[in-house]
Amino acid sequence: MAHGESSLVAPYFKDIEQQRETNTLGMWVFLVTEVMLFGGIFLVYAVYYFNYHDAFSEAGKELNLVLASINTLVLLCSSLTMALAVYACQTDKQKMLVTFLTLTLILGAVFLGIKGFEYFEKYEHGLIPGANFHYEGEYPLQASLFFGLYFAATGLHATHMIVGGTILAIITVKAMRGFYTSVNYDTIENMGLYWHFVDIAWVFIFPLFYLIER
Amino acid sequence: MAVTSPPMDLRGHEEENYLNWAYGVKSWLLTTDHKRIALLYLVSVTFFFFLGSLAAFLLRIDLMTPQGDLMTSDHYNRSFTIHGVIMVFLFLIPAIPGIFGNFLVPLMIGAKDLAFPRINLGSWYVYIISGMFIIAVVIWGGVDTGWTFYTPYSTTYANSAVVLTVLGVFLVGFSSIMTALNFIVTIHKMRAPGLTWFRLPLFIWAMYATSIIIMLGTPVLSATLILAGLERIFGIGIFNPDLGGDPVLFQHLFWFYSHPAVYIMVLPAMGVASELITCFSRKRIFDYKFIAMSSMAIALIGFLVWGHHMFVSGQSVYAGIVFSLLTFAVAIPSAIKVFNWTATLYKGTIIFRTPMFYVLGFIGLFTIGGLTGLFLGALATDVHVHDTYFVVAHFHYVMVGATVMAYLGALHFWWPKMTGRMYNEGLGILSAVIIFIGFNLTFLPQFILGYLGMPRRYHVYPPEFQALHVASTLGSTVLGIGYVLPLCYLIWSLRFGKEAGPNPWGAVGLEWTTTSPPPHENFEKTPVVTTEAYNYHPFEEEV
Repeated sequence: MAHGESSLVAPYFKDIEQQRETNTLGMWVFLVTEVMLFGGIFLVYAVYYFNYHDAFSEAGKELNLVLASINTLVLLCSSLTMALAVYACQTDKQKMLVTFLTLTLILGAVFLGIKGFEYFEKYEHGLIPGANFHYEGEYPLQASLFFGLYFAATGLHATHMIVGGTILAIITVKAMRGFYTSVNYDTIENMGLYWHFVDIAWVFIFPLFYLIER
Repeated sequence: MAVTSPPMDLRGHEEENYLNWAYGVKSWLLTTDHKRIALLYLVSVTFFFFLGSLAAFLLRIDLMTPQGDLMTSDHYNRSFTIHGVIMVFLFLIPAIPGIFGNFLVPLMIGAKDLAFPRINLGSWYVYIISGMFIIAVVIWGGVDTGWTFYTPYSTTYANSAVVLTVLGVFLVGFSSIMTALNFIVTIHKMRAPGLTWFRLPLFIWAMYATSIIIMLGTPVLSATLILAGLERIFGIGIFNPDLGGDPVLFQHLFWFYSHPAVYIMVLPAMGVASELITCFSRKRIFDYKFIAMSSMAIALIGFLVWGHHMFVSGQSVYAGIVFSLLTFAVAIPSAIKVFNWTATLYKGTIIFRTPMFYVLGFIGLFTIGGLTGLFLGALATDVHVHDTYFVVAHFHYVMVGATVMAYLGALHFWWPKMTGRMYNEGLGILSAVIIFIGFNLTFLPQFILGYLGMPRRYHVYPPEFQALHVASTLGSTVLGIGYVLPLCYLIWSLRFGKEAGPNPWGAVGLEWTTTSPPPHENFEKTPVVTTEAYNYHPFEEEV
């Protein structure tokens, strides 16, 4: 065991515990930057929501509440399976780990699929600013702002899902080969932290764009 | 300590160090050694520094005549924009963290490397890619928005490569975030045994504070640039008043990053000053904790003053009053540092070597730059000098006068450690003096010009300003000579310089306990720290 451990430690760390703590702190610090990134977009949204309250609540009704609710559920479930994967890794349950990582991946893909359909729907309704904007409501100018911010926020979120999903796929393949154990679970744990963050970002986007003024 | 052996030349019997540890292009381009990455940064940052200087020099030549004979107004706009973009994003922000932070943070805290060496290498590649974007912009014909990309001009009206530039700046943000993340985690988790927080060198404190600003500020700029880019491409109107957008909101978001960004540029310089002054005064620094905490205070208060860039942008008067007050508050920690450096010099055993000349120049120029900042932070005075050469002179005193002086001081101080070679001392002192004189000749006239009403970014000007403009241009020529000189003798020293030995300055600090250049793994065995930083004894016999 001791030998196996030392081969997992990079030469610039003194032991595996220092390596694990370092990696986890790195992820937390990274998530701080993510909070500021989404925070910037949310701030802009808040300013315009305050300025153009009526236009934004009117435009918000164009969004597909049913699909978004399903998506919220899907994403919350994926957070659960991700958390269970971390638990499985920490307790060395290899089969369970692979199962839950795969489930998380599938749920993430489902989310992106539904999101893609929503985007397509917006395209058909002519609600993509700059590309084909034919908004029928009372405040077309401000609605363009609303949809611009909608695509910026959800697009940024989807980008995070795609990047996270790609890394998760690589991790899943490595997990199938038995790379992660209860000794070096930090990669899985950090993947989990990232996944939960992206989930939380959606938990903010969903009420801000879909639920507000319903 | 064993006698150090020739570091750069033939692979003979010399001691193994990070430079001769592996050979070949691949061993450099795929290195994860923080010291080699620092040298990669040194080469690329120097390149962009001279590229940015070239643009500045074109501007100065053009401004010799009131009607601007060298360029058209459009070319003038593109030149000052590319000068600003390159100097801010590709030189000032990455210079000291990318080169000296990378090289010194692990050495100063007794670690073998940074926490995430591959991310560190990645940060350099991202920097290079974004640099290529900027070079592509230059080839494309440039961009004319000014480095601030104010909307709606940049998003709607500008007829130049805005999207490409914005993309380049967006990318370089990733590079600085990667560096900053590495520093924060490394400083938290990888200090040598016995190296408590209040035994850390003040350069480390400065790097830590800088990294915090980068982590909190840069993502907001990224978000802003995403929105500005989307608006430019799709015309969604987020910052366009014609479509209901708010251009002042862009300025708020932009300066929320870009004002703290001036502290990203100057805090590392302050850290360098703390190191150099103690070394060449042979004295413990005056009130260590105040300097360390003033770095943190600058990082914190620096986030609350962005509105002083918008005193005349239609921001509410009450917001202006609060921002003005906070601007005065942020001057306090900077002043604390200046007083403490001066108090360290007092009754010190002062040794006049090249780095000391640079750092003394730094203190003088930073003091002028900082104090004139208060003129601009005062609401009423700002209305008079807003957007004039007074502002230009002010921030060049801080950015060029202070930061570049400290950067060159750091380069001369740690050059023997990085390369194992000494440069020509006489030429070093000469270059420091030339730069100091050239700098003041260039920018003192600009304070006067600004106060008389010469607006910044203007291509043509009334003939009565010509004398001062010519003086400024002459000064910039002197300054240019001062910058080229170190380039020559430092390169010369690589081959012909004397061997430096592990500690040519008689400095304390962990980086001086290992050989020059350091071995690949930094220390033969992990050092244990038992004393406070700057444990200098003033009257001890020196080397």
